[in-house]
Amino acid sequence: MKQGQFILSVLVANHAGVLTRVSGLFSRRNYNIDSLNVAVTEDPLFSRMTIIARGDQAVREQITKQLSKLQDVKKIELLTPEKTVLREHLLIKIKVTKKTRGEIVESVNIFRGRVVDFNIDALTVEVTGESDKLDAFIKFVSQFGILEMCRAGALAVKRGAGNDNKEEE
Amino acid sequence: MKATGTKVIIETLIEQGCDTVFGYPGGAVLSIYDELYGHSDRIRHITCAHEQGAAHAADAYSRVTGKVGVVIATSGPGATNLVTGIANAYLDSSPVVAITGNVPLSLLGKDSFQEVDITGITMPVTKHNYIVKDVNELANLIREAFFIAQSGRPGPVLIDVPKDVQTAVCDFEHKKVIKKKRVCSATEEQLLKATELISQSKKPYIYCGGGAVISQAGKEIAKLAERIDSPIGFSMMGLSAVSADNPYWLGMTGMHGRFASTKAHSEADLIIAAGVRFSDRATGNRSKYTQNAKVIHIDIDPAEINKNIETHCSLVGDVGTVVTKLLDKVEKKTNTQWMDAVQKMKDLKEMRSCKDSVMHPEDIIEKVMEYTDASTIVATDVGQHQMWVAQYYRFKKPRTHLTSGGLGAMGFGMGAAIGGCVASGGKRTVLFTGDGSFGMNLIELATAVTYKLPLVILIFNNGVLGMVRQWQHAFFDSRYSHTTLDRKTDFVKLAQAFGASGYRATDIKTLDEALKKAFSTQGPAVIDCVIDKEEKVYPMIPPEGSIDDIITR
Ligand SMILES: Cc1ncc(C[n+]2csc(CCOP(=O)(O)OP(=O)(O)O)c2C)c(N)n1
Ligand SMILES: [Mg+2]
Repeated sequence: MKQGQFILSVLVANHAGVLTRVSGLFSRRNYNIDSLNVAVTEDPLFSRMTIIARGDQAVREQITKQLSKLQDVKKIELLTPEKTVLREHLLIKIKVTKKTRGEIVESVNIFRGRVVDFNIDALTVEVTGESDKLDAFIKFVSQFGILEMCRAGALAVKRGAGNDNKEEE
Repeated sequence: MKATGTKVIIETLIEQGCDTVFGYPGGAVLSIYDELYGHSDRIRHITCAHEQGAAHAADAYSRVTGKVGVVIATSGPGATNLVTGIANAYLDSSPVVAITGNVPLSLLGKDSFQEVDITGITMPVTKHNYIVKDVNELANLIREAFFIAQSGRPGPVLIDVPKDVQTAVCDFEHKKVIKKKRVCSATEEQLLKATELISQSKKPYIYCGGGAVISQAGKEIAKLAERIDSPIGFSMMGLSAVSADNPYWLGMTGMHGRFASTKAHSEADLIIAAGVRFSDRATGNRSKYTQNAKVIHIDIDPAEINKNIETHCSLVGDVGTVVTKLLDKVEKKTNTQWMDAVQKMKDLKEMRSCKDSVMHPEDIIEKVMEYTDASTIVATDVGQHQMWVAQYYRFKKPRTHLTSGGLGAMGFGMGAAIGGCVASGGKRTVLFTGDGSFGMNLIELATAVTYKLPLVILIFNNGVLGMVRQWQHAFFDSRYSHTTLDRKTDFVKLAQAFGASGYRATDIKTLDEALKKAFSTQGPAVIDCVIDKEEKVYPMIPPEGSIDDIITR
């Protein structure tokens, strides 16, 4: 996690327009979203948003309170990095030559990534992990030439046996 | 029973206690209007001249009655015309339910005739909004809308109903209305902390806002003031919370507040803020705001705590309920030195800005007060005249002062006066407006004539956009860019053309004569009050300033 970043896990009603309401609140109140991920939960009535945002204690408090006022927001939790499993996902297409292929594949293995597409002059690699790990991987392979890259925002769940969605009831 | 969507709308409105709606017909709400036609004995519909006026009227209706104000408009332009009114209700926490029609479901998203995404447009200025796609959900969504509008910190909710949902049929049964509860989540520990801060304080100041009016907490606040020997100041929205006759009353504080109120606010060692949101217009420079003072913040909206001002103690809940709990704990005390100092501040005569003008704004207001009583509803527009009313009119009962606080929307006045008058059961209602503001929605004079509403409309006619001009005077070297209207409108004839009575007042004597007539005629009367364009609103604290920067003349 970068300086000042924090993770919000937000359980929302799963219907049209909810993403707009949440993201609209951020822009209207002049807060920035570093990343946002949303998908339906195991209960089709709800979706979970994982939002990484930035700000000091006062901003965190305001964001949390303002979000709680939205009708479609059912539950909101500020996750602490130590108690959270956080994962980002990277798909990256790297230029390869006969000479560099070995070194690239080796680095993919070190980073526990996978080669998901293979061409004469390009490799597409998938890596998951925390932000820093992906940054490091990108930095390393940039020497070979990055053709295309796509990175998804973080997913987060709290460590332990509890289920956030169920606690709600 | 089986019911169409429109029948569901009408029945649910009635079930929720609504007997008056404001609105304007159109293609996408034809069926709703057809239903209203058959139920005119149960729901009164006031047809305004413009949807903005209707929205302001519904807003004002709710401010006066405490009930939900309802406004109906057609799709597209009807819906967009509501937006200023909805934003106004949002910023001043007024419970309004707006119902709009929309194109049939199958035409949604195709840029159909008079289609706009009104839920998208109003998302940032509503507490919540809906587009109803299934008639089976309609009744419960309307119920939910009423509940949301009134619960916690009130505000507007919009329900967009596509045409074919209005005509679709479903099962309908009436349900019992869920009454909103008076909430208080302040803990015992927080209440004790507040009690301690109060007992330690030597210079307390109760700062009352719109939340105190909504909660009707005037009695409790007056009791608290007496118990702890503390003056009471007000944000503009809070002005009517406690009677101006109360010995602790100091009037409005802030940018254009009364001198004593603003001065005492800045010198207090404890600010007990009740139902306020610390608007920049009231606090001035926020870094200086808490230099001398600790702050206890009472508000029903937890998000207001620490939003603008860091508090030392927060009490979340309905103002009246929280203050009652405080009264159980707080002990009687006197602050003789402080109260003497406050008295001295009050004695400093507030100076008139324009010595040689014929009819001072404050004299007009004083004169009008001879004709009104404690329960007269007083609406204003936006500008200098609004500030003079806030400074000089002595409000005595809660919910009698209708003004556009947070949004500062010129044009609010006419709709507000109509809504306020209807809400009061057709009692004589006063509107203080400006020549600029009146120009924005004067068409609603037609509405007032149609419904024979006894409005007394005083236009403070200075020929200029006075408030903006005052800023040009203060901060732009008197370069009066486009604020001198130079219009040739004859407001007396204009009033007559609408079917209202019209008078002109050039001095206090002619004003008195005009008022005498205006307060005894049927229907609306317009009094064109000619005032000097050099009149200013003082005191004034420049934006981001503090008491040290106050301009008194
Ligand atoms: C809809 C809208 N447009 C513009 C403004 C900016 N504005 C604030 S006060 C004011 C002048 C109002 O003039 P008038 O109604 O004549 O009142 P006066 O200040 O002269 O008493 C203006 C233009 C506003 N508040 N609302
Ligand atoms: Mg004017």
